[in-house]
Amino acid sequence: MMDKTVPDLAAAVAGIADGMSLMVGGFGGSGAPIELIHALIDRFRATGSPTRLTVINNNAGNGRIGIAAMIDAGMVDKMVCSFPRSADPRAFTEKYLANQIGLELVPQGTLAERIRAGGAGIPAFYTPTSFGTDLAEGKPIAEFEGRSYVQERWLKADAALIKAELADTMGNLTFRKAARNFSPLMAAAAVLTIVQASRIVAPGEIDPEQVVTPGIFVDRIVEVANAQQEEALMRMGVAYA
Amino acid sequence: MSTKLSNAQIAWRAAQDIEDGAYVNLGIGFPEMVAKFQPPGRQAIFHTENGVLNFGESPAEGEEDWDLINAGKKAITLKPGAAFFHHADSFAMVRGGHLDVAILGAYEVAETGDLANWSTGPKGVPAVGGAMDLVHGAKRVAVITDHVTKDGKPKLVKRCSLPLTGVACVTRVYTSLAVIDIENQRFVVREKLAGLTMEDLQAVTGAELVVNGAVADLSVPEL
Repeated sequence: MMDKTVPDLAAAVAGIADGMSLMVGGFGGSGAPIELIHALIDRFRATGSPTRLTVINNNAGNGRIGIAAMIDAGMVDKMVCSFPRSADPRAFTEKYLANQIGLELVPQGTLAERIRAGGAGIPAFYTPTSFGTDLAEGKPIAEFEGRSYVQERWLKADAALIKAELADTMGNLTFRKAARNFSPLMAAAAVLTIVQASRIVAPGEIDPEQVVTPGIFVDRIVEVANAQQEEALMRMGVAYA
Repeated sequence: MSTKLSNAQIAWRAAQDIEDGAYVNLGIGFPEMVAKFQPPGRQAIFHTENGVLNFGESPAEGEEDWDLINAGKKAITLKPGAAFFHHADSFAMVRGGHLDVAILGAYEVAETGDLANWSTGPKGVPAVGGAMDLVHGAKRVAVITDHVTKDGKPKLVKRCSLPLTGVACVTRVYTSLAVIDIENQRFVVREKLAGLTMEDLQAVTGAELVVNGAVADLSVPEL
């Protein structure tokens, strides 16, 4: 019987290697898989790996936890995001201004669609977004029905870290409120999709009508009951250092 | 009446043009204020980029659920009939022409309808968010803004000097002095403050203002 659960967080993030591209679900603190990220930081502190990562997320970390803590630790070479600002953007800002981290700035809807295309096997598409702006520089332009559109390419990743609400052992997922945001897209676009779920249930316990991400997109599941919420941690002044 | 509208009054004026049943996206920051001034008897459905339709006001302090936020990362509440969806669906609503109105802030608006509202130049960390998508999404893209910068320079100009968010996308501008439509690459004045002459308004505008039909008084309650 198919069972994608792994025993603990360390096993969940095993195999994420130096130089990989890593999608991380969440929009700000909503949907940020804090425990998976911190497990990756733990491994880096213990072994020096993984490092030189390219991290794909809407933002570039907040405070001293989550993605910001990965950046602080020196694990990230490049961010691909739409909005590398936050209430406390020190981690990214300091490294960016010192030329110690790269940035590919992508309009938010283009970022979502590039990830969707990556998961759907569509190598490129045209969007009106960014036409005539600096962010369209060097990209092919085409006209459709009298309007100009910019060609954008798919975005895929070696691995994705995702926070779900419920998972069954086959990897079918539900999400909590607005915490789904990029996660269903990233689950499809990554070679290795790693999910932390607040609760893991038996197949059949999630009504198929309620499944948001079908298990075919998911490789590993680890249960993290009472998962921490990034924004709540921020407001408590927590640092993962 | 004072010599210019407050931000709340600009937001109030913009809110009067939102039709009953409209699907609306409000840019983060100042435009979010528009939601407070929905005329009685009309219901707008608010969309936020991070995957919520039909959200309401912020919850009371201490009642926040940080998985339930808007694009500005502020805690929100849901109204009956709300829906969650992922980011690709959210931007399908945006680019697919399903939103009726988007109301955004601006650094500069050109008479061509070009908008600059995401970058003040090469310094610092650039961030674009959903602004470039939103300007191509809604059936109407309106801007709310002070008529001039803090230094008194025109924000309504012939051509934008700052990096563009979108080309030929803005259709109406609500400023602290006037309501101006962009038609055929011209600024057409629809309303202006009663105490202001056309010459006064032209003096603080960086492109030619056109009158095409009546110019009404811009009349807004004290707020």
